[in-house]
Amino acid sequence: MTDSTLPETGQSIARPDGMQGFVTDWASDQRAFKNVPWGKAMMWIFLLSDTFIFSCFLLSYMTVRMSTTVPWPIPSEVFALSFGGEPIPLILIAIMTFILISSSGTMAMAVMYGYKRDRRTTAILMIVTALFGASFVGMQAFEWTKLIVDEGVRPWGNPMGAAQFGSTFFMITGFHGFHVSIGVLFLFLIARKVWRGEYDNETPGFFTSRKGNYESVEIMGLYWHFVDLVWVFIFAVFYLW
Amino acid sequence: MVDAAHDQVDFVPPAEVEEMELYHPKSFLTKYVFSQDAKVIAIQYSFTAIAIGLVALVLSWMMRLQLGFPETFSFIEAEDYYQFITMHGMIMVIYLLTALFLGGFGNYLIPLMVGARDMVFPYVNMLSYWIYLAAVLILLASFFVPGGPTGAGWTLYPPQAILPGTPGAEGGIILMLVSLAFFIVGFTMGGLNYVVTVLQARTRGMTLMRMPLTIWGIFMATVLALLAFPALFVGAVMMTLDSLLGTSFFMPAIVHMGEQLSYGGGSPVLFQHLFWFFGHPEVYIVALPAFGIVSDLISVHARRHIFGYRLMVWAIVIIGGLSFIVWAHHMYVSGMNPWFGFFFATTTLIIAIPTAIKVYNWVLTLWRGNIQLTIPMLFALAFIVTFVNGGITGLFLGNVVVDVPLSDTMFVVAHFHMVMGVAPIMVVFGAIYHWYPKMTGRMMNVAMGQIHFWITFLGAYAIFLPLHYLGFLGVPRRYYEMTDTTFIPASAQDLNAFVTVIALVVGAAQLLFLFNIGWSLVNGKKSGPNPWRATTLEWQTAQTPPGHGNFGKELPVVHRWAYAFGLPDATEDYVPQNLPPDQLNSDYDNSKLSPDTPQAAE
Repeated sequence: MTDSTLPETGQSIARPDGMQGFVTDWASDQRAFKNVPWGKAMMWIFLLSDTFIFSCFLLSYMTVRMSTTVPWPIPSEVFALSFGGEPIPLILIAIMTFILISSSGTMAMAVMYGYKRDRRTTAILMIVTALFGASFVGMQAFEWTKLIVDEGVRPWGNPMGAAQFGSTFFMITGFHGFHVSIGVLFLFLIARKVWRGEYDNETPGFFTSRKGNYESVEIMGLYWHFVDLVWVFIFAVFYLW
Repeated sequence: MVDAAHDQVDFVPPAEVEEMELYHPKSFLTKYVFSQDAKVIAIQYSFTAIAIGLVALVLSWMMRLQLGFPETFSFIEAEDYYQFITMHGMIMVIYLLTALFLGGFGNYLIPLMVGARDMVFPYVNMLSYWIYLAAVLILLASFFVPGGPTGAGWTLYPPQAILPGTPGAEGGIILMLVSLAFFIVGFTMGGLNYVVTVLQARTRGMTLMRMPLTIWGIFMATVLALLAFPALFVGAVMMTLDSLLGTSFFMPAIVHMGEQLSYGGGSPVLFQHLFWFFGHPEVYIVALPAFGIVSDLISVHARRHIFGYRLMVWAIVIIGGLSFIVWAHHMYVSGMNPWFGFFFATTTLIIAIPTAIKVYNWVLTLWRGNIQLTIPMLFALAFIVTFVNGGITGLFLGNVVVDVPLSDTMFVVAHFHMVMGVAPIMVVFGAIYHWYPKMTGRMMNVAMGQIHFWITFLGAYAIFLPLHYLGFLGVPRRYYEMTDTTFIPASAQDLNAFVTVIALVVGAAQLLFLFNIGWSLVNGKKSGPNPWRATTLEWQTAQTPPGHGNFGKELPVVHRWAYAFGLPDATEDYVPQNLPPDQLNSDYDNSKLSPDTPQAAE
C-alpha cells in the first residue's frame, strides 16, 4: 500500500473495453482520462471552450445576415479572381483552403516523427507547417487588401450590399487569422526547441522552469488541426452559402 | 464488473501520476508577489476581489441614499445613479463573486482537497491572476475617463449602451467591454487549470465519488464558466466594434435626437441572446460553488454525513447542464417568439427539481445531527433560508404570465439579490470563517463574528423583503426617482427610507468583518491543524498553513469518502479521509464508511 513506485506512464493499464472501460476510468482514482498527460487534457478542454467562441461568432453572422434588409452580396462573385480575362470564382479561397489542409498533413507527420525522437525531421516538418500557415495568413492579407482598397468594403459599409457582409467577414476571418498567426508563432518556438534538442535533454523552460517533452509537439498539433477544422466551417458558411 | 470498485477501501491502486515538478521560489518577489503557489494566488485573488467588492458596496450605499431620500443629495445626479447601478451589478456578479469563488476558493481548496501538490500548470495559474488584476484596473480606470463609467445597466443592452445620452457612452462602455474580455482570458487560464487538476491530478484513492462536494461545486462551475464566457466574449467584441468602428451587429436603423444614424440592419436581440447564454450559467457559476461549500459546512458542523451524497453530486451536474437551456427566461419581454417562452419556462421550472433535492438533503443532513452553532454553521443555515426564499420567487418569475407584469420591477431586484446575492455571500462568509484557521493558523473572533452574522442575516431580510412588496406595488427598478404616480402610495417612500437605513447598517457590519480578519491575524486564538475536526485532506496537512507543495514528503492516500462523521463510542467522532484502515478503531467496519452505507455510522 505504501508502495509508491511509478508504473511507466505511457503504458496502458488493464481495463475492460467499451462503455465499461469508460465507466471504470471515471470511477477510478487519480485520473479520469488514463494515460492522457495534463497538457493534452488542458488543450482539449481549451479547444472545447474555443469552439463555443467560434460557434457564437458564426451564429451571430447567420443572425445578422437574416436581420439586415439590404441584399447580401454573392460570395462567389466577390471572391473571384481574374487570370487573363475570365473571373474564376473562389479561386483564392480554394488555394488557401488547400494550403491549410495540407499543413494539417505535415503537422500530423511532425507529431509522428516527434514520437520517434527524430529531431531533424520533426523540426523541418513543423517549419514547413508554419510556412504553410504563414502563407495562408499572407493570402488572407492579400484578400483583405483587395476588398478594402479595390472594392471599397469597410466594416461599417459596403458598396456591394449589406454592411454586415464586411463587418462579419473582417471580424470572423480576422479572429481566425489571429489564431493561425498565434499557431505559426508557437510552431516556430516549438520547432526551435525540438531542433536544439531541448526535449531530449529535458532543459527547463524559460518561463515555467519545467522540463519539456515531445508531448508539446502533439499538443501543438491538436491546436493546429482545430484551427484547420474551424476554417472548414468558416469556408462553408461564409464562402459557399 | 465495475460495481463498487471505487469503494474497496483496503485496496489502493499504485500511483499513476508522476510527482509534480514544483518551481521553488528563491526571492521575496517570486514567493509572495509573482508566486506560482496556488495558495498565494488564491489569497491574491481573494484580496483583489474583496477590494473591488468594497467599491461596489459603497456604490450600493449611494444608490440606496438616492432611493431612500430623493432630492436630498446634490452629488447624485441621474447619470451618476445609472453608473452606480451598472458598476455595482457588474462588479458584484463577475469581479467579486466569480473571482472569489473560483479564483479564490478554487485555487486554495482544489489542490489541497484532491491531494495534489499544486495546480497542474502553476505558471499559467499565476498569469491568470495578473490578467484578472489588469481587468480590475481597467474597470477602475473607467471611473476616471471623461463621461465616467458606463451607465447602461449591468446587462449592457444595445442600442442604448453605446449611444450618446447613456452615461459613459464616450469611453466608459469601451473600458467595460475591454475589461470583460481581459477577465475572460484570465479566467480561462485559471479555469483550465482547475478542471484539469480535478480530472487528472488527484491523489491515490481519491475517486470522483469520494471528492468533497466543495470540489464538485467548484469543478462544475468552472466547466460552466469555460463554456458560457465565450458568448459574453463574442458579445463584447461585437459591441466594441459597433461602438468604435461603427459596425452594425447589434444596431438597427435608429433615429436619435431627430437624426438618422448611420447604423442599420443589426439585431439588438442577438446581443440579449449572447448575453444571457452567458448570463444564466453565470448564476450557477456563482451558485454551484456555494452549494458545494455549504454542503461541507453543514456536514462538518452538524457532525453528520451529508445526506444523499451521490444525489448531491448528480444534482450539481444536472443543474449545470440545464443551466445552458434556460437563458431566454430573462427575455420574456424582449419580443421573441412566444413559443420560445413556453419552452424556456418549462426548462426553467425543471431546474427546481434537482435544486429542491439539494435543499431537502441539506435539511436531512441536519436532521438528528449534532448541530454546533459555530459561525460557519450560522452562515450555512442562513444560506438555506435565504436560498429557499430566493428560489421560490424564482418560480414566480420563471412563468411567462406572472413574469410579464413583474418584469423590471423591484420584485426582480429582490429575487436575484436574495438568490444570487445574499445566499452565495452567506456562503462566502461561512467559508472564510471556516477556512481562515487553515490559511492563517488562527481562529477568527467569535463575538465579532456573532455580531456580523446577526446584523447581516436579519439585515438582508429587512432590506429585501420590503423590495418584494414594492415590486408587487409596481415600483419599477432602475428609476432614479419616483415622482408622483397614481398607482404607488406615498407610504412606499417610507419603506424605501427604512431599507436605506438598514442597508447602511448592514454595510457597516461588513467593515467589522474586515476588521475581524485583520485583528484575528494577530490576536486570534491558535487553531491547531484541525479545529473543526473535519475529515477532508486540507485539515490533515503537516503544516498549518500548508507549505509549498501542500503535503509533506508523501502525498496522502485516500481510503474513504469525506463524510465519515458522527461515529458512536469513539474518542473522535470522525475519521479523516486519509486514515489507513489498520489504524481505525476496530469497532468500525471500514468498508462501510462509504456513500452507499453511511447509516453504518449511526
